[in-house]
Amino acid sequence: MSAVIDDHGHADHAHGPAKGLMRWVLTTNHKDIGTLYLWFAFSMFLLGGSFAMVIRAELFQPGLQIVQPEFFNQMTTMHGLVMVFGAVMPAFVGLANWMVPLMIGAPDMALPRMNNFSFWLLPAAFLMLVSTLFTPGGGPNFGWTFYAPLSTTYAPESVTFFIFAIHLMGISSIMGAINVVATILNLRAPGMTLMKMPLFVWTWLITAFLLIAVMPVLAGCVTMMLMDIHFGTSFFSAAGGGDPVLFQHVFWFFGHPEVYIMILPAFGAVSSIIPAFSRKPLFGYTSMVYATAAIAFLSFIVWAHHMFVVGIPLVGELFFMYATLLIAVPTGVKVFNWASTMWQGSLTFETPMLFAVAFVILFSIGGFSGLMLAIAPADFQYQDTYFVVAHFHYVLVPGAIFGIFASAYYWLPKWTGHMYDETLGKLHFWLSFIGMNLAFFPMHFVGLAGMPRRIPDYNLQFADFNMVSSIGAFMFGTTQIFFLFIVIKTIRGGPPAPAKPWDGAEGLEWSVPSPAPYHTFTTPPEVK
Amino acid sequence: MTRHPHVWMGLLLWSIFSQAQAAWTVNMAPGATQISNAVFDLHMTIFWICVVIGIIVFGAMFWSMMMHRRSTGQNAAHFHENTRVEILWTIVPFLILVLMAIPATATLIKMYDSSESEIDIQVTGYQWKWHYKYLGQDVEFFSNLATPAEQIHNQSAKGEHYLLEVDKPLVLPVDAKVRFLVTSADVIHSWWVPAFAVKRDAIPGFVNEAWTRVDKPGLYRGQCAELCGKDHGFMPIVVEVKSKPDYEKWLGERKAEAAQLKELTSKEWTREELVERGDKVYHTTCVACHQAEGQGLPPMFPALKGSKIATGPIKDHLNIVFHGKPGTSMAAFGKQLSEVDIAAVVTYERNAWGNNKGDMVTPKEVLELKQAESQ
Repeated sequence: MSAVIDDHGHADHAHGPAKGLMRWVLTTNHKDIGTLYLWFAFSMFLLGGSFAMVIRAELFQPGLQIVQPEFFNQMTTMHGLVMVFGAVMPAFVGLANWMVPLMIGAPDMALPRMNNFSFWLLPAAFLMLVSTLFTPGGGPNFGWTFYAPLSTTYAPESVTFFIFAIHLMGISSIMGAINVVATILNLRAPGMTLMKMPLFVWTWLITAFLLIAVMPVLAGCVTMMLMDIHFGTSFFSAAGGGDPVLFQHVFWFFGHPEVYIMILPAFGAVSSIIPAFSRKPLFGYTSMVYATAAIAFLSFIVWAHHMFVVGIPLVGELFFMYATLLIAVPTGVKVFNWASTMWQGSLTFETPMLFAVAFVILFSIGGFSGLMLAIAPADFQYQDTYFVVAHFHYVLVPGAIFGIFASAYYWLPKWTGHMYDETLGKLHFWLSFIGMNLAFFPMHFVGLAGMPRRIPDYNLQFADFNMVSSIGAFMFGTTQIFFLFIVIKTIRGGPPAPAKPWDGAEGLEWSVPSPAPYHTFTTPPEVK
Repeated sequence: MTRHPHVWMGLLLWSIFSQAQAAWTVNMAPGATQISNAVFDLHMTIFWICVVIGIIVFGAMFWSMMMHRRSTGQNAAHFHENTRVEILWTIVPFLILVLMAIPATATLIKMYDSSESEIDIQVTGYQWKWHYKYLGQDVEFFSNLATPAEQIHNQSAKGEHYLLEVDKPLVLPVDAKVRFLVTSADVIHSWWVPAFAVKRDAIPGFVNEAWTRVDKPGLYRGQCAELCGKDHGFMPIVVEVKSKPDYEKWLGERKAEAAQLKELTSKEWTREELVERGDKVYHTTCVACHQAEGQGLPPMFPALKGSKIATGPIKDHLNIVFHGKPGTSMAAFGKQLSEVDIAAVVTYERNAWGNNKGDMVTPKEVLELKQAESQ
């Protein structure tokens, strides 16, 4: 298999990348495509973040000051869509592109041309999605969960563009996932058995299967919307004999596995980073693999816990409550394993480790609130309040985003050939850590006190904590521009990085020079 | 309240912060019903379980971070598995979850038992207000946000119940089992009163059940909890719980009012009277979309000022107000407003903001339309 790809590689660009812009447009190189994904994800992170800044600015004080409710709703919707589909998912695909071949000793991804196509679909999809903000009637305003009939009968005209954009993103994700599966199953170096793969590879393999399973469900869901809007069907319209609750079942059948799609790769990355800076092997590798698989399985049978108040029957309610509680078991195993990996290690706290440790602790806090939300009767009070907003931002920001930051700092020396500035990296961490907690922790309080989510204005009793949240959000948001500066500084210079800059790190990616040459592992390495 | 120590701890936590300043509330309030107290207990139990697990796990991590640093000269151990420990930390959390699921199941079963209700109320969500109908009592009304627009736009000081006040609250008797039949006329809403621990989605085409039995009289406030469009943040819920005699008195008054409203339909109205009444109706019912000066929010919500409909044939104008416009947010107000109010608002729209048509619709004409429809 690898011999075939070698021939092809030599014919095209044996001596390095092509010159100029066309290098990026036509590239089939996994490192180039990984870089494209990561830059795209970061620019979407800043864009989605700027939407969040508008939201937090409006919520800084009670009353309507900056935007009107109809624009506020567009901001909450676009913030969610851009962050989920534009920032977090592409960032993980970028990491997979860069690191999976390097970690398993493969020369490239298994399907390089498809790889190029799956990336370039994304800018098209997001250009279309974001452009709807400038259309008369405005962009999507029905929340990133786009519940029918608000998103069908009552939607602005731009909903059609939104549907098409979702289709493009879905095609991109499915192709990316197929590529990851094909690469991991076919291109592993001799001796790299499945149970020797780094956990990042394992978690991505499982994530890819989740993607292949649920993205078509999302595509079906938006296609039914399209039919309802333009072709007179009534899938989700009660007036025509359809069922608005069906929408939610289909959406969350996609939506809950999607949550794990956004966190499993981070689990994998952190499982490399914590051992590296603890100078101790990962505790419980086998149980980590099984726990990941268990979480992925459970993610398919818990979707209706997002729907505890839609009026599903008691038995259904009980089933989904019990199944959801079960997720705490494998997730707990993972957290205990990370803590045990640190136990009696020889710890140092470089930036990747800081982000990884914060990941474990803050993600666990998000897990705890998840456990609370799983208790159906209590969920009657939490559902659709800021408590939920706090919960999913705790699993996504210090979860997914901190996992991505930890990975970026961990592998930046490998990508750029330079060490990043450790002092600036730590500053980035602490500003992000403080800003993020200031922004999201008070949301638990206002949620429990009764503030619903997705409202542009609120009663005075919620005013103080909202102001704190906004200050924290501005701090977190501004800090990310600082991250951009750190990355650019590292690309342009800095102390040269050795092949293995972290003394405790393990894995094939550290056996190639830094920066990683344009072509690596053209001859597969032996894994003992 | 003395049953569980954690309730006291929760209350303590709650009261410390709430005494400092009401705005710094950090926790749920126990509420005003048996169910909401049970839910509060569940909430505090699971909260303290999480706190204990958190202290153990994070404690171990912080211990490592302090004691097992390389800078303290620590050499890394090499263990990487321990079957006994791994089995233990799979089984123990499982058992904790089972223990937690038992009271949760019991409470959930109680919440689902809406049988043997004394009063049935149909709650219907509309963009963006609530409609309450006392089944079998011939009493029904809309409940609109009462906070003045000046407060929302920061032109006057905000009141204590800013955005949590309505023109007509839902009125319930104390200590009676009330069943809510929750549905919607347009998009999905969610009817939520935290003090009762009642939250039910209002879904078009579905009728969801919920119930409550309130322990003490008072005013209880809530909000719509499902994104339902532009004014989702502006459709609060207020429930006034009265003693049983007061409730009966109130119900009697509402019935008399309903009878009076029927008489109004047959009264001879002048255009000026209709415009005056229509002004009020417009500013509670229509203003959210079509705006105070009839300028609308195009293209989603068209202007009425100088519009084809509001200055065209009066029959078409009445028709669209009465039947709504399918596929848009324009609802069929024939089902929502009385004959007088429809006549008044149409007449108002034709004679306000420079739409000087000078004509009018009478309540009797609306009644005729209604009767023609129902045949």
